[in-house]
Amino acid sequence: METIISIKPLLAVLVSLLVTPILVSSRASNVRESWTFVAAGLKFLIVASMVPAVLHGSQIVYTIAEVFPGVAIKFRVDALGMLFALVASSLWIITSAYSIGYMRGLDEHSQTRYFVFFALALSATIGVAFSANLLTLYLFYEMLSFATYPLVTHHQDREARSSGRKYLLYIVGTSIGIVLPAMLVTYNLTGTLDFSMHGVFSGTEPRATIVVLLLMLVLGFAKVAIIPLHSWLPAAMVAPTPVSALLHAVAVVKVGAFSVIRVITGVFGIDLLSRLHLGTLIGYLAAFTVIVASLIALSQDGLKRRLAFSTIGQLSYIVLGVALLSPKGLIGGMTHIAMHAFGKITLFFCAGAIFVATGKKNISEMVGIGKRMPITMTAFLIGSLSVIGLPPTGGFFSKWYLVLGTLQAHQISMLVVLLASSLLNAAYFLPVVYKAFFCTEQEAMFPNTVQEAPLWCVVPLVVTAIGSIVLFFYPTIFLNLAKLAIGV
Amino acid sequence: MSAHYPTLLVTVPLLSAFVISAAGWVNKRWCFPIAVAALGVSAYSCVGLLLKVADGGVVHYRLGGWPPPWGIAYYVDQLNALVLCVVSLAALINLIAAKKSIEREFPEKTAPFYTLYVLFVTGMLGITVTGDAFNLYVLLEIGSLTGYGLIAMGDKARAPLSTLNYLYMGTIGACFYLLGVGYLYIVTGSLNMADIAHLLPPLYHSKAVLTAFIICLVGVWVKMAFFPLHGWLPNAYTFAPSAASSLIAPLMTKVMIYVMIRLILTVFTPQFAFGTLLVSKPIVWLAVAAIVMGALLALKERDVKRMLTYIIIAEVGYMVGGAWLGNRAGMTGAILHIANDALMTLCVFLAVGCIVYKTKGARFEDIQGLFRKMPFTMAGFVVGALSIIGVPPTCGFFSKWYLISGAIQAGQYGFMVALLFSSLVSVVLFFRIFEIAYYEPFQDHHGETHTHHASLMDEAPLGMVVPLLIVAAGLVVMGLYTGGIVSHVIRFVIPKGLV
Amino acid sequence: MMGEFMQAVIAKYNYWIYITLMMIGLYAMIAKNNLIKKIVGMNIFQTAIILFYVSIGVKKGGTLPIVEHGHGAHAHAVHAADYLNPLPHVLMLTAIVVSVATLGVALALGVKVYREYQTLEEDEILARIREK
Repeated sequence: METIISIKPLLAVLVSLLVTPILVSSRASNVRESWTFVAAGLKFLIVASMVPAVLHGSQIVYTIAEVFPGVAIKFRVDALGMLFALVASSLWIITSAYSIGYMRGLDEHSQTRYFVFFALALSATIGVAFSANLLTLYLFYEMLSFATYPLVTHHQDREARSSGRKYLLYIVGTSIGIVLPAMLVTYNLTGTLDFSMHGVFSGTEPRATIVVLLLMLVLGFAKVAIIPLHSWLPAAMVAPTPVSALLHAVAVVKVGAFSVIRVITGVFGIDLLSRLHLGTLIGYLAAFTVIVASLIALSQDGLKRRLAFSTIGQLSYIVLGVALLSPKGLIGGMTHIAMHAFGKITLFFCAGAIFVATGKKNISEMVGIGKRMPITMTAFLIGSLSVIGLPPTGGFFSKWYLVLGTLQAHQISMLVVLLASSLLNAAYFLPVVYKAFFCTEQEAMFPNTVQEAPLWCVVPLVVTAIGSIVLFFYPTIFLNLAKLAIGV
Repeated sequence: MSAHYPTLLVTVPLLSAFVISAAGWVNKRWCFPIAVAALGVSAYSCVGLLLKVADGGVVHYRLGGWPPPWGIAYYVDQLNALVLCVVSLAALINLIAAKKSIEREFPEKTAPFYTLYVLFVTGMLGITVTGDAFNLYVLLEIGSLTGYGLIAMGDKARAPLSTLNYLYMGTIGACFYLLGVGYLYIVTGSLNMADIAHLLPPLYHSKAVLTAFIICLVGVWVKMAFFPLHGWLPNAYTFAPSAASSLIAPLMTKVMIYVMIRLILTVFTPQFAFGTLLVSKPIVWLAVAAIVMGALLALKERDVKRMLTYIIIAEVGYMVGGAWLGNRAGMTGAILHIANDALMTLCVFLAVGCIVYKTKGARFEDIQGLFRKMPFTMAGFVVGALSIIGVPPTCGFFSKWYLISGAIQAGQYGFMVALLFSSLVSVVLFFRIFEIAYYEPFQDHHGETHTHHASLMDEAPLGMVVPLLIVAAGLVVMGLYTGGIVSHVIRFVIPKGLV
Repeated sequence: MMGEFMQAVIAKYNYWIYITLMMIGLYAMIAKNNLIKKIVGMNIFQTAIILFYVSIGVKKGGTLPIVEHGHGAHAHAVHAADYLNPLPHVLMLTAIVVSVATLGVALALGVKVYREYQTLEEDEILARIREK
């Protein structure tokens, strides 16, 4: 395996920071927004330019500073990180377009602040993706928490304030209260925090220590929203929809899931966990979350809240897949990051488009909306199919691997959980689509004329919906990256 | 020139104090440039010294050419070079930032203020650079007396009484220290720290040495406001003028912690402090109490400045506890935290200075809507706050890391829990402020309520905001250079015996 | 036993005097209500330590440390035991200066407090502050 030293990872992280002063100084919204596009485009290009090297099995490394003996603030671009960075940076471009449509459509206040913190959040996300060790990951994880706080509480009203408190309590409380001590204990036991295939532990540590540390590190990254540390996610839905879309379907929650994958594969290592049979422990936690979150989603009337609980469930798919510790399960979990991102962002975009066009937030008020917004609701259908895991969408692909993974790991109970939850997913998404298109004249709540949201809103959701379908036919890049990541 | 750095850094500000006070009679506008120049020379010498002693090597300087133990020796190693740099740079930056507020708060008294200011800095630098135990006492009193003067210039109604209470406690502290030095003199016949250290080992079991150590320690604790000897601090720092509190709050307590570490490491030895004496565990528990009580008392306050003073008390607990963990990581953390805490305290107090300059107060009612009104000041404040909370890559995180590592290695889990607890409480403390400044609409003096959409930026003068932002950026730079500071500077300070 | 203890007390009576003075000073600073009395207590406290230092330089039968003929005194040996130790005394000159300065600052602050509240009784001042 070749190691390339290059400043590119740092540039990929910083490129969005570099435009923030210009964003602040600019009062004209067009200038501001074109800078956002330039930053997003550059970021994607820098990330993409590293893909060939990574696909060749090389790693791109850049050290900023060695802060403790044996631990540096350091980037290392490997296959798994690249997978996540590709997803996040490509979706940022689309979300930027959508943000413009949404924010202008609703004439939101403080748009400059919004775009600045959005850029900061993306910096942090790419930073997490490219972290070479737990300390760097923690650094960007915290940065993301604080950068997203002003986004979540964008409306600056009482509801935003209480949601913001909940957000901080769960996210920052766990990272300082749980992750930090776990990280310190790990460092003092092993003298390193670098991710590696075999983990950092020698394997001679007492089993109880490993169990406690594993639980602390998996639950402590509360962005992954494993029950009982999930309730910040529905609360954070007070944010403007593009924030919910990118941050709470892609960046923030996936950073949580990504961190857990890193913890399992890089800190503890598959070998150690399977030797101690600890995968099932995490697996059960995830399985419980999958089922409970899906059941709660069924009862939610707010569209964004239903999506939020669906996200909680889907995140645990990723954790579950990785916790199976079987190659196919790992591939399923990793590719699910990408597949779910495209599906879920489409759904959020649709929810936002509906809100911009009609001002409706609740599912019960959306009967017959398919006749008014056919494009949006078609995209919603595609997004739902992807999240449920049905062909011809990318979601089918990752779920297929997850199912194979359960078989490979001989975890029949997990298989049952996956299948049951797929049914539940269908049960909470398909009625929405059904009611939107098929209803009697009396039931319909909208006049029978086509009136979509602004173009800036519709085009992005069409693009991501098409993306979900394309991923079914061409999943190669994500599949290859996932395979590289687990070394098969 | 560079051979005389150790004396220049003290004598230049000392002499400039007289010049400033004379210049004040002629033309008040001359005072500020003279003060800046004097502290500039100090800061330059300090940085020069640090570069000189980094990677090993120490500087001995004999005042007037008298050899120790008869003459006063200045002794510079990595430990005090680091502290000297922090003290002189913080004092210089704060002086530049404070110009506007000094001129507005007491236009008639600028000359005395600058005189006291440079004398205070002289005291702090002198305490740090001297290698003579009695000289340290004299400089300590120079620093304290000028500090009383600076604080008493604050709030007209409350400052004098608060200062008087501080003076009582400060005098008790200094006298205890002096008494301890007296006992050391009785047993060794020397006042030079290196000489005392050389003569002490055969006497470690003598009761007089034990008494000397404990009395010195208690004296220093009073001066650094170590819980439960902290009573004087909140009032004194709250009612001081902002220019004085942003000078004294970062420096005084930190320099006293330096003195404590100097006593442990140089005058006595870690073997004596941690081995012969069986007091490290109780002291760490006292530190735990300091941290917890500091955090809880801060929660109760409804004034930003006053809240910060209780955070200082908690931070003192960090450093005392870290030093007394009795291992390398804890001591590294404590020394690193002296530098980091000085800078982050400076950062938040500068921000409060800017706020007070604009709003006339820092009570929670005064800070409503400040994110809109003073975004740059608040940005600096946020960075300082994140550092106090301990969020990477700000420097507060890295020293906390060492402190917690030390706690784990020493098996002092109570200390670890206290540190994490205080981080979490800090999140609450600061986000409570951010919430008010972010959500609540700003009410100006005409009682009009402005909505979110109104844009009315009203920043503090550039001369105040720029230094604040420089310090804020410095917090991140310090954080990233942690590795360098530890391996080039702090590593050499800690004796090999300490694992 | 008791005799030995008494002997220790008498032999080191200078320590007992300074400790007693210190405690008197400390008591005044803590227990007195009047700010000036506290300042007086503070001064006693400082003086106690000065006395302590002065007393440790004294030797039985010692005389002033002035060596006759100064530099030319090589001719006859100087017995250190015959002279008082001058160093603590010199140090105390500095300490006295410090204590006078402290006293000055303290009294000035007392004046400021008096101007503001027209009283020097601490409880009355605190009551005034609470009223506001």
